[in-house]
Amino acid sequence: MTESDSRAASVAQVLHRHGGRRDALVQILREVQEQTRWLPREVLAQVAAGVGLTPAKVEGVASFYRFFHLREVGRHHLLFSDNVTDRMTGSRHLARTLCRRLGIAPGQRTPDGLASVDFASCIGLGDQGPAALVNQQRALTRLDEPRVVQLADLLRAGEPMENWPAEWFEIDDHVRRADVLLGAPPMRGEALRATLARGADATLDEVAASRLRGRGGAGFATADKWRLARTAAVPEGGTRVVVCNADEGEPGTFKDRVLLRRHADAVFEGMTVAAHVLGAKRGLVYLRGEYRYLLDGLQGVLARRREAGLLGANTLGVAGFDFDIEIHVGAGAYVCGEESALIESLEGKRGTPRIRPPFPVQRGYLGQPTVVNNVETFVAAAHIATRGGAWWAGIGTPESTGTKLHSVSGDCARPGVYEYPFGVTLEEILHDCGAGHGSAPGRPVQAVQVGGASGLCLAEHEFGRRIAFEDVPTAGALMVFDAARDMFEVARSFAHFFAHESCGFCTPCRVGTELVRRRMDKIAEGHGSMFDGATLEALESLLHGTTHCGLGASATNALRDTLARFRPAYERRLQAPDFQPGFDLDAELEAARRVTGRDDPGAHLERHG
Amino acid sequence: MSTFRLDGAEVPFEDGDTLMSAAVRAGVHVPHLCWHPRLGQSGACRLCTVRVSGRLAAACTTRAAPGLVVENRTPELDERRRMLVQMLFVEGNHFCPGCEKSGDCRLQSAGYELGMTGPEFDEFHPQRAVDASHPRLWLEFNRCILCKLCVRASHEVDGKDVFAIGGHGIGTRLLVNSPSGRLGDSALEPEDLAARVCPVGAILPKRRGFEVPIGARRVDVEDAAAAGAAAEPGRHPEDDDARS
Repeated sequence: MTESDSRAASVAQVLHRHGGRRDALVQILREVQEQTRWLPREVLAQVAAGVGLTPAKVEGVASFYRFFHLREVGRHHLLFSDNVTDRMTGSRHLARTLCRRLGIAPGQRTPDGLASVDFASCIGLGDQGPAALVNQQRALTRLDEPRVVQLADLLRAGEPMENWPAEWFEIDDHVRRADVLLGAPPMRGEALRATLARGADATLDEVAASRLRGRGGAGFATADKWRLARTAAVPEGGTRVVVCNADEGEPGTFKDRVLLRRHADAVFEGMTVAAHVLGAKRGLVYLRGEYRYLLDGLQGVLARRREAGLLGANTLGVAGFDFDIEIHVGAGAYVCGEESALIESLEGKRGTPRIRPPFPVQRGYLGQPTVVNNVETFVAAAHIATRGGAWWAGIGTPESTGTKLHSVSGDCARPGVYEYPFGVTLEEILHDCGAGHGSAPGRPVQAVQVGGASGLCLAEHEFGRRIAFEDVPTAGALMVFDAARDMFEVARSFAHFFAHESCGFCTPCRVGTELVRRRMDKIAEGHGSMFDGATLEALESLLHGTTHCGLGASATNALRDTLARFRPAYERRLQAPDFQPGFDLDAELEAARRVTGRDDPGAHLERHG
Repeated sequence: MSTFRLDGAEVPFEDGDTLMSAAVRAGVHVPHLCWHPRLGQSGACRLCTVRVSGRLAAACTTRAAPGLVVENRTPELDERRRMLVQMLFVEGNHFCPGCEKSGDCRLQSAGYELGMTGPEFDEFHPQRAVDASHPRLWLEFNRCILCKLCVRASHEVDGKDVFAIGGHGIGTRLLVNSPSGRLGDSALEPEDLAARVCPVGAILPKRRGFEVPIGARRVDVEDAAAAGAAAEPGRHPEDDDARS
């Protein structure tokens, strides 16, 4: 059998497994690529024929996701996590070292095809970086110079990943402060039993009484979302759908990784409670592609729950309570964390956010009323179903009830996951994680980025503020920057992130994030002027409000915050009163000099300084 | 009939209308590039961004509702629109003097209408190959503004799905559905709405040059705002029926 025959056979197998369903296109492409390593044109054509879509449409979907390779990658494809906190721990230097030892540049493949190296947005291991994904299957943590040197040898020798040192793949949970969620024993059906005993209406009342708000960042009241989906009309032959958003893509966030590893039962149980309240038959987990290594464990938990009668037909013996959960693995696209883009992706399409209304609770997955909640929201809902709404409402603040998980990383002694009741001050968190604040040793903290790249950047005078929807809201990331960090570089790294993650649909986000990125790079290269500062401010104001979705609207938050709070980091780069070109005019003449064979003074522009 | 206020004037609307469709029927111009009366809504270009009761929203994707107060042609909104047009100019390669579409181009008209005097932002100068493989049509990717009108027209009206969108971010691009990926091997014909709907000079008929001399083209004979408000690209008599 030739390589191309065997490739065609594995593609056919995957297509068969999914019954040629076009709404499974993203899963089909991912599973095919796990066999074929990359997606050559003939593979895309075979998939297109198999699902009944045009080849261009399939190429359009495949080329949307960063983890699908339309050009050949190495037998081992390494993706270094490229969040600012990774960069702070030397990730870029390590990637360069690896590339040098392999004789390639980032984005390239070794001539023998054994390895390729590139960068990815934050892969959710900010507490144990520098980290890298291998073939989007497993993650290397705590990379350092000796490991990278040894890694280069293994890659050059073509040593299979299974034979690499096991400790390279160790992932710690780093639970530093547990409260009611992280401290709870494993859940084995008690929330579900309580729900069935109480009934769907009364359970919804408990969730309403808890005043639980969505943990994904926007803070929409969970009970309201459930109620809207519950009263929305179900299309003929359809059902209501419960979706768990495990696309934890916000740079600096990794708390869902820990919940999915330690409390997967509570996640699934929360989804099942929601299913009972909604009368939903279908459950989907959208697991980010970066967490592919969690898939087998999660499938195991699902299988165990089905055996225990906690999922599947007639759950817990209740006739007609038929709810089951499938796991959909993403393929590297931050925008899919937005719920309507996530649903598009679940349906096998490009992850472009939808026009709303209709909202997902009205018409979501395949036109059916769909509730999309964050991993942590489902865990909280499961505990509320068990212990009651009043219990949850008694924790936190009146407007922000319960606890919140924080993924803490950056300049602190104890990075990891911290669970606090809402209302905790930044100062307390900084103290607990061993950051240099107040009388604590170490370099004093200069800034804290709360809520990830799209969140808020706060300075020292604001560390008394509280984590709560009414003060400092957060989706769960907290990155610490000490006094030695350059806040301009922090903002520049986030500008790179958003330009990389823009879906490209609308003009202001597609072009605007790229303009911001280029302008920040130009300033970083020493070509800044006052003019550039004004342009950045104009772009910042345009992106707020003009974009199609929230990604674009928050893409310049870090720029806005750092301009307001850390102005000197910009000012020293924007001293020139006149516009400075972003390129070296004399260097641009090099081609002409080569062609004419000249290098005399007359062939150069007059040099300044 | 219910109405909403658009720049102070009452605009009547029907059930299912967006702010854009109601405004167009009432003869009010809301600048736009990616909206078309015969095609489904998109919301990609964002030129039709208006203020609806204080909040920014795209007129083409916002449902009309009784009593809404909508601002359209304010200096602030036109300033945002001018920046969006400039973004589209620097993203591609738009050399108006050498373009057959010049004088009848909606991007160019929008630039005039919104007082654009230069690109202002850094030009990207992307390197994009021209697809000249079709015997009767040009596909000039350098001028594509990703409005997706051809994608929607081919899908919704022509029933051919000749075009799709690929890539992401600044690498987003128009894809041609054919075995080779080239237009010449596709099912596109010049009579298709997809071939006529391009608001810029990205899809143009071959072997036609300067049929209307410069100086006599639409923007030369009408004022810019009127040119913007005039016919949608690819107009056919049935389009007018659809709008009335």
